[in-house]
Amino acid sequence: MKKFPYKHLLGLEGLTREEIEFVLDTAVTFKEVLERPIKKVPTLRGLTIVNLFYEASTRTRISFELAQKRLSADTVNFTPSSSSVKKGETLRDTVRNLEAMKIDMVVVRHASSGVPYFLTQCLESSIINAGDGAHEHPTQGLLDLYTIREKYGKVEGLRVVIVGDIKHSRVARSNIWGLKAMGASVAVCGPSTLLPVEMEKMGVEVYTDLNKALWGADVVNVLRLQLERMERGFLPTLREYSRLFGITKERLALLNKNYTIMHPGPINRGVEITPEVADSPESVILAQVTNGVAVRMAVLYLLSGQQEEAVA
Amino acid sequence: MQKETPVLDERQLGRVLARISHEISERNAGAKNLVVVGIQTRGAHLARRMAKLLSELEGLKVPVGEMDITFYRDDIETRPDRPVVKKTHIPFSIDEKIVILVDDVLFTGRTVRAALDELIDFGRPRAVQLAVLVDRGHRELPIRADYVGKNIPTSQSQEVIVRVKEADRQDSVSLTDKKRARR
Repeated sequence: MKKFPYKHLLGLEGLTREEIEFVLDTAVTFKEVLERPIKKVPTLRGLTIVNLFYEASTRTRISFELAQKRLSADTVNFTPSSSSVKKGETLRDTVRNLEAMKIDMVVVRHASSGVPYFLTQCLESSIINAGDGAHEHPTQGLLDLYTIREKYGKVEGLRVVIVGDIKHSRVARSNIWGLKAMGASVAVCGPSTLLPVEMEKMGVEVYTDLNKALWGADVVNVLRLQLERMERGFLPTLREYSRLFGITKERLALLNKNYTIMHPGPINRGVEITPEVADSPESVILAQVTNGVAVRMAVLYLLSGQQEEAVA
Repeated sequence: MQKETPVLDERQLGRVLARISHEISERNAGAKNLVVVGIQTRGAHLARRMAKLLSELEGLKVPVGEMDITFYRDDIETRPDRPVVKKTHIPFSIDEKIVILVDDVLFTGRTVRAALDELIDFGRPRAVQLAVLVDRGHRELPIRADYVGKNIPTSQSQEVIVRVKEADRQDSVSLTDKKRARR
C-alpha cells in the first residue's frame, strides 16, 4: 500500500486490516519523531486545520493540537462557548464561514452522531471525526490498536474485553470495528441497561457477568461511566456498579498472563477501575496517551495526501 | 524489463567505496571526530559499509546512523502517494561532529536539501560533508558532493539504478533509458 485511499476519517467501520495497518505503520515512524531533540517536522507546512470541539475534551483536543503543531500545520481552535454559536448561528453556517477563511482540514467533536458526515456534505475540507455522539471515535480506536500491537507485536488472536458503559461509548464502537478487522476476538460486558440491543450483530460476545467475561482475556479496555450522558434510571447506585463491574486487583487473576489494562480516560477512580489497577505496571493508560499523538500525526499526514483530489 | 547499460559491477563498486573511505580519512586527518549518516534506503546501506571501512582503516569505531527524509520533502503536498516512511535512527549526538552524509545518487539536490534540514534538527555538527556513489548532474539547487564515486553524464529521461546486496541481492550501478516507476 502506497496511499491511504480516503479523504476523511469518520470511523473505523469498513476499514480493512491492510488500511489500518498502514496507519499504524506510519504512526511508528512518527513516534520516533516524538523522541527527537526537536520533536517537529515540516511535513504539513502551509496546511490550516480547524479544531472544532463542540464537546469538552482534554486529551483528544490537546493530542490533535500537538500532532498538528509537530507536523508544522497552522491550527485554529474553536470553542462554541466563546463563539457566535451562542448568538444562534447554525453548525452549517459556522463551518462554511470557517471554510471561507481558506482552511484545509476540520477536526470535529460533537454530541450528535453523524455531524462529521454532515460536514463532508457541506465542506470541501478533509474531515476527521474526533468523537461524534455514541457513534465513533476512530483515532481513539487506532491508538488503542497501536498500543496493543506495540505490546504484543500483533492484534490477531488476542481476546479483548471492553467493560462498562457500552451504550454511550463511541470508543467501544471504534474499538470493536478496528479489533474485528485486525482479527482479535472481542467481548463486551456491562449492566444490561448499558448494553445496546443486538450488540451480537457486531460480531462480539456479550456478557453481563464480569467474571465470566474476564476469564481468559488478554486485554481489558475499561470504559468511563459517562455520567453526563445518562438520564436517570440506568444504574441503581454508583457503588453497586463499582462492585459488579469495577476492575479490581482480585479480578485480574481471571486474566491470561501478560495481560494489559487500558482506559481511554478520563478515569473515574474508584468507580470503573480501582486506583491500584489504574496505576499498576500492566496498565498502559499513559502509553495510550503518548501513542495518541503519533497516531493522530499519521492520520493527518495520510489524509493530507488527498488534497489534490479535492481540487479535481 | 528495460534494457540496462552496466556502469559499475560488484568489484568496481567495492573499489569505489574503498577509495571514498580513503579520501574521507585523508581529508579529515583520520576518523576521530567523524560520524556517518545514510539516507534511506540505499544510502543507509552504503553508509554502513563506509563506516565499516573507515573503522577498519583507522582502527576505531565510526558511529553510523540512518535517516528517512520524507517528512522534510518540499513536494509532499503535490504528491498524493504516502509510502510508509522508513526508520530514522541516529543513536548518537552529532553536535560538534563532522557528519559524512551518504546517498546513492545525487540528482536535483532536493533530497540532500531535505536531509540537511533534518540533520540540523538533530544538532549542530562541526561540518557536513556529502558522499555519493553516483553524481548524475541536473542540479536544481546549489549543492555539490565532497566525495563522488562516479560521475555519470545523463539525460533527464534516463534513470540511474543502484543496487546493493542488502536490499537487492547484488551490487551494481546501471543506466536505463526510460524512467521506471519511482522507488
